[in-house]
Amino acid sequence: MSAPARRRRRLAENVTAYGLLSAALVVFALFSWFPIVRGVVLSFQQVNFVDDPEWVGLANFELLFSDPLFAVAWRNTLLFTGLALVFGFAIPFLAAVLLNELRHARAYFRLVVYLPVMLPPVVTALLWKWFFDPGPGLFNEGLRAAGLSGSAWLDSSDTAMLSLVLVSTWANMGSTTLIYLAALQTIPGDLYEAAELDGAGIWRRLWHVTVPQTRFVLLVLLLLQVVATMQVFTEPFVMTGGGPDDSTVTVLLLLYRYAFVYNDFGSASALSLLLFIALGVFSAAYVRLTRRSAE
Amino acid sequence: MKSPRSRRVLVPLAAIGLLAAVPACSGGSGEERSADGKLKVSINGQPPQTQAFERTIFDQDVAEFEAAHPDIDLEPHEGFMEVESFSAKLAGGQLEDVFYVYFTDPAQIIARRQAADITEAVQGLPHVDQLQPQLLDVFRDSGGKLYGLPTANYSMGLVYHRPLFVKAGLDPDQPPRTWAEVRAAADKIAALGDGVVGYADFSKGNQGGWHLTAWLNSLGGQIARKDGDSWKADFNNDLGRTALEHLKQMRWTDDSMGSKQLLTDADVQRMMGSGQLGMYLAAPDNIPVLVKQFNGKYEDYGLAPVPEGKGTLIGGEGYMVNPKASPEKIKAGLAWIQWKYLNPDRFDSFTQRYADGQQPVGLPALPNPDIWTGALREQQEAVKAKYANVPAQNYAPYLNAAATIKGHLEPPSAQQVYATLDTVMQAVLTDPAADPAALLATAETKVNATLAQVR
Repeated sequence: MSAPARRRRRLAENVTAYGLLSAALVVFALFSWFPIVRGVVLSFQQVNFVDDPEWVGLANFELLFSDPLFAVAWRNTLLFTGLALVFGFAIPFLAAVLLNELRHARAYFRLVVYLPVMLPPVVTALLWKWFFDPGPGLFNEGLRAAGLSGSAWLDSSDTAMLSLVLVSTWANMGSTTLIYLAALQTIPGDLYEAAELDGAGIWRRLWHVTVPQTRFVLLVLLLLQVVATMQVFTEPFVMTGGGPDDSTVTVLLLLYRYAFVYNDFGSASALSLLLFIALGVFSAAYVRLTRRSAE
Repeated sequence: MKSPRSRRVLVPLAAIGLLAAVPACSGGSGEERSADGKLKVSINGQPPQTQAFERTIFDQDVAEFEAAHPDIDLEPHEGFMEVESFSAKLAGGQLEDVFYVYFTDPAQIIARRQAADITEAVQGLPHVDQLQPQLLDVFRDSGGKLYGLPTANYSMGLVYHRPLFVKAGLDPDQPPRTWAEVRAAADKIAALGDGVVGYADFSKGNQGGWHLTAWLNSLGGQIARKDGDSWKADFNNDLGRTALEHLKQMRWTDDSMGSKQLLTDADVQRMMGSGQLGMYLAAPDNIPVLVKQFNGKYEDYGLAPVPEGKGTLIGGEGYMVNPKASPEKIKAGLAWIQWKYLNPDRFDSFTQRYADGQQPVGLPALPNPDIWTGALREQQEAVKAKYANVPAQNYAPYLNAAATIKGHLEPPSAQQVYATLDTVMQAVLTDPAADPAALLATAETKVNATLAQVR
C-alpha cells in the first residue's frame, strides 16, 4: 500500500476520534489558546476598547521596569514562595508521615486535615482576618491570656507576609498531605522491616526509606507548589490589599492593579507574559535537572 | 507544553487576553430604536432592590421622564461605577449610554478617550452654567472640553458630638475653627474619662492616607501637584510636618485620641454612635450613617467646616456618556441627566418625596446636594429649609462656610497614594518616637514613584 493510501486509511479509522475531539479543541482554542495569543499580542499594544489598538513596541515593558513596585512585587512573591515551601512543603509531609503511622481514627484525622481545603478561598481569608485582628482577634486574645503581648500580624510590614503564608499553608496542606499519604502507602512494608532489622531508628528509616521511595511525588509537588505560589493573589487581595507599606504586593496583585485599577491592559499583559516566561524557564530547567539526576 | 502544569503557568496571560479578545460591539445598548420606533437609551445608577425607597424614586422618575419624552425609551440598569469591570463592559459593548462615575474616575476616562465629548451637546441644556465651576472642571480635559456633568458632591468637614461638648463645658454652637481649637476641645472631652475619646482619626485600609490628605487640604496644602504633564508629591514640607506634629501631640502629649488605633471609618462611626467620641473629620453623608447604622440621634450631631478652612477635600459623583453613542443618543442621555439630577423645577417635588418617605432632609447631601451657585443655590436652600426634618441649624456652620472654602480633588492613583500614607498615619499614632519628617521623606519617594505611573 502506498504511503498516501496508508495515511488516508489511518485518517478514515480515526475520523470518529477526531470528531469527538473537535468540540474540546474548539473550546480550548476559543477560551484558552486564542486568549493566550491575544494576551501576548496585547503586551505590545495600548488599547482603550474604543479606537483600534495602538502598537507601542516595548513601551509597556519599559513602563513596568520603571515602576518601583515591579521589583518589590517580584521580591515579595519570591519571599512568599520561599516561605510557602518551607512551611507548605515540610508540614504536609510530616503530617502525612504521622497519619501513616496512626493505627486508630486515621479516617477522622484525614478528614480533619482535608477540611480547610473545602472552604472557599475568600471565606478562608476572611476567617483568618478575624484570627489576626490585632484588637479582639483570636490569636492576640490567646496570647494575652497566656500573659504574652500580641502581634500586629497583618498590620505590620514585618509580619504581614508570614501571616499570609500561614493562611495559605493551612488552606492548602490538606490536598498535599493526602497525595503524600497515597505515596507513602505504596512503599512496601518489607523495606521498613529490613531497615529495622539493620537497626535503623525512625529518623533513619524516614531518611533512607521514605524519602527515596516518595522522591518522584516530592519533586512533582515541589514544582507544582512553586508554580502555584508564584501566582499567589487571593490572600493578599482579600486580606491586606498589598499593604502595609507594599509588603504584600505580589506579581499577580500588581498585574490586577494594572488591568483593573489603572485599566492599562497592555502593561498588565506584558507583566503576565514576564511571569509566564519566568515560570516557563523555571519549569523547563527543573524538569531537565530532575530528569538528569534521575538518570 | 501540554501538561496541566504548563497550563497553570498560562492562566494570568489567558485571563487578560480573554478580556481583550472580546470583539467590540456598538455602543451602549446597541440597538438604536426599539420596536415602536423610540430611541433606546441605556442608563445605570438604578439603586438595588434592597434600597427600596431609593429604587422606587428612581423607577418613578424613569416613568415620569418617559411620559414627558415619548420618543425616548430608557433602559435602566442597576449598579454604579465599578472600575474593575468598566473596561470589560466597554469592550463587550455592555457599557450603558449614560454611565455613573465618582469624581476620581473622569480624569483617567477622559485621558483614555472612553467618554463622549459633550461640549457642543451641552450648549442647549438649561442651568449647566449655574453649576459650581470647580465641579464642572472635574469633567473637563486640559483643553477645556466637557465630558460629563456633576450631579452630587461632598466636602470634608468636622462632625462633632454636641452632648459631649456640653458635658465638657464647650459651646456646641461654637465648634472649633482651627486645629489648635480642635486640640483644646479634644483635651477637655477626653478628660471626661470613662473611655471617652476627644478626637479620632483613621489609619487603615487607605483611609489614613485619605484623612491625611483632607488634613493637608485644610491647611491650604495638597498631596500632589501638577508639574507640567506629570504629577509630583507635595506633602514633604512644613504643612505636612505641621499636620503630623499636631496629630502626634494630640495622641501622645495630650492623650486625647484614645489608645486603640489602626481605626477605619466603621470603628470611628461606632465610637461616635455610642457617644464615646467627641470629633472626627467627615463629610455630611456620615450623619445618616451614624443614625441608621450606629443608633445615633440626629440632634446629637453637629457639623462644622473643616478646621482652618484654607481648603477642603471634595468628592462626588456625576454622569458621562458612552464614547460610541450616536449624537442622537448623547442628546437624549443629557436630557435625562438634566431632567433627573439638575432640575430646579423638581427641587420641591423631589425633596417632598424624601420628606414623605421619612428620609433625612436638611443635610447638605441628597436630596439637596450642594452643587449650585447663586440664585439656584438659594432656591434649593429654601426648599431644604421648608422640608427639613433633621436639625438643619446643627449643620449651619458647615454650610455657611462651604461656598467660600476651596475644594481639592483627590490625587491621581488616589488609593495607591493613600496606601503609602496609611503607613505614615500608623507610625505617628502607634509609635511615640515616630519622626514625622523622616516618615514624610520616605513616603514622598514612594508616592512620586506611584505618580510616575499615571498616564
